[in-house]
Amino acid sequence: MAEPQHGVSSTDVKKIARLARLHVEDSQCGAIAADLNGILAWIEQLAEVDVEGVEPMTSAVAMKAPMRADVVTTGGIRDLILANAPKSDDGFFVVPRSVE
Amino acid sequence: MTDLTKMTLAGALDGMAKGEFSSVDLTEAHITACEAATGLNAFITPTFDLARAQAAASDMRRKSGDVGRLEGAPLGMKDLFCTEGVKTTAASKILGDFTPPYESTVSANMKADGMVMLGKLNLDQFAMGSANETSCFGPVINPWRNGEDLVPGGSSGGSASAVAADLCLGATATDTGGSIRQPASFTGTVGIKPTYGRCSRYGIVAFASSLDQAGPIAKTVEDAAILLQSMAGYDAKDSTSLNETVPDWRAACGQSVKGLRVGVPKEYTIDGMPKEIEDLWAEGIEWMRDAGAEIVDVSLPHTKYALPVYYVVAPAEASSNLARYDGMRYGLRVDGENLADTYERTRTEGFGDEVRRRIMIGTYVLSAGYYDAYYLRAQKVRTKIADDFRNAWETCDVLLTPTAPSAAFAVGRKINDPVQMYLNDVFTVTANLAGLPGISVPAALDGSGLPLGLQIIGKALDESTVFTAAGALEKAAGFTAKPSKWWS
Repeated sequence: MAEPQHGVSSTDVKKIARLARLHVEDSQCGAIAADLNGILAWIEQLAEVDVEGVEPMTSAVAMKAPMRADVVTTGGIRDLILANAPKSDDGFFVVPRSVE
Repeated sequence: MTDLTKMTLAGALDGMAKGEFSSVDLTEAHITACEAATGLNAFITPTFDLARAQAAASDMRRKSGDVGRLEGAPLGMKDLFCTEGVKTTAASKILGDFTPPYESTVSANMKADGMVMLGKLNLDQFAMGSANETSCFGPVINPWRNGEDLVPGGSSGGSASAVAADLCLGATATDTGGSIRQPASFTGTVGIKPTYGRCSRYGIVAFASSLDQAGPIAKTVEDAAILLQSMAGYDAKDSTSLNETVPDWRAACGQSVKGLRVGVPKEYTIDGMPKEIEDLWAEGIEWMRDAGAEIVDVSLPHTKYALPVYYVVAPAEASSNLARYDGMRYGLRVDGENLADTYERTRTEGFGDEVRRRIMIGTYVLSAGYYDAYYLRAQKVRTKIADDFRNAWETCDVLLTPTAPSAAFAVGRKINDPVQMYLNDVFTVTANLAGLPGISVPAALDGSGLPLGLQIIGKALDESTVFTAAGALEKAAGFTAKPSKWWS
């Protein structure tokens, strides 16, 4: 599949997948790039809107972030937390080695 | 005895109060209906034994005079709500056999009000979809047919299908871009998404946190009010929960709309929309006028940008929320050569195509160099969309629009262009972006006998007026059609 002049390339797909911790085969990159470019081209129409001086909307309802007392509210539930672990041992999560 | 599954929630609560039947009677009738309807694939995890125990306990409570708002009513729970001790999947593979050790606030509220839970309902995977075809447990089938199997809409397709087929008296649902209202429209049911912050998001599997909101799918507007009354309320465990009193919404349903200003936004039409939907919308306007409402033409000029904004904001939030699925603490783990490989294999195998696609879009629009062009710009256009509504409220109290640009369509219809699928939410997504309440009310059958809904959108925190307008619409439409029971 031909790569677009602008927009997402196969190389970009690899990079995005890496950031997203998703595995993408080299053979899939072209199709995924085309898929993303289709959606991004449609999103491009947002460039028509004059947003000069407009504040970004970050919350659906204007409200102040509530504060609470900085106290422990729960705890002592180790076994409950570990109950769904794919692997656990002696009260710990067991994970792949990350430091050689 | 009459068929208890044909009752409304209000009627069933009333019948139990009068001692005409027990929660056990009602629950058994619904379990029988559910068992005969496995072909609809509405449930991921039925919890019939739990339901029987809850029904028996409810009947005991009633004897002692302890009667909650939903006392003894058999209901369905979208499998996006964490339920203590009951597997919660979000219709995904990556959550595996995840069994929450805690309860979502919404389901806890309903339990405290005496709910009987029949099971966990199917949905689009992580609530991403408009046809309930992205579930890793297979598509849900709409009880309404047109010679072939149809989708119930999505993402709350299991909820909509189960209510339409009389498998439960009502169900919970969630709505990020239209996932309550579009399935309600496709199945001839009522669905309301309240104001953002009305229902706590605590314990609901997150999709896009600034848009996600829970609400019910029900048989009638009054039933929806009863359910929402139980689901809503302030919760300190959700920092976006609104600390506002919950009015008596049930009482709002039968009020007059005399003098109510109903806005009709001219932008709520798209190319290729069936004329029947245009005509139904015009008819809805006449119904409201006949009921005493004043009709006002309004303009929401940024409507066409709502979907593109949504497809930047929602994937961005989703890519961030779904980063938690790393295979370490719960759910699926697929072992790889090292830690990074294990992450990638787990997430690639555990997420479906549409979920991976949205994670990729979200990651891209948030990545260095693109953040301003996509994400920040989308947030600014979102402000303009919210401003459109603020301007409209100067001349009207509610808006009347179609709910969806089509009726239910065939299961397995090949959609090669994701943008075409996204158009399902074109009339519903604006209310999510602006945080406003919106309800879909079944209004008519189309030429091929499929239900179509009309939508009422209201001001923030003004669900009361939304229920009033919806009640008037429901009364005028007189929609009583039910799908013929082909599935059992």
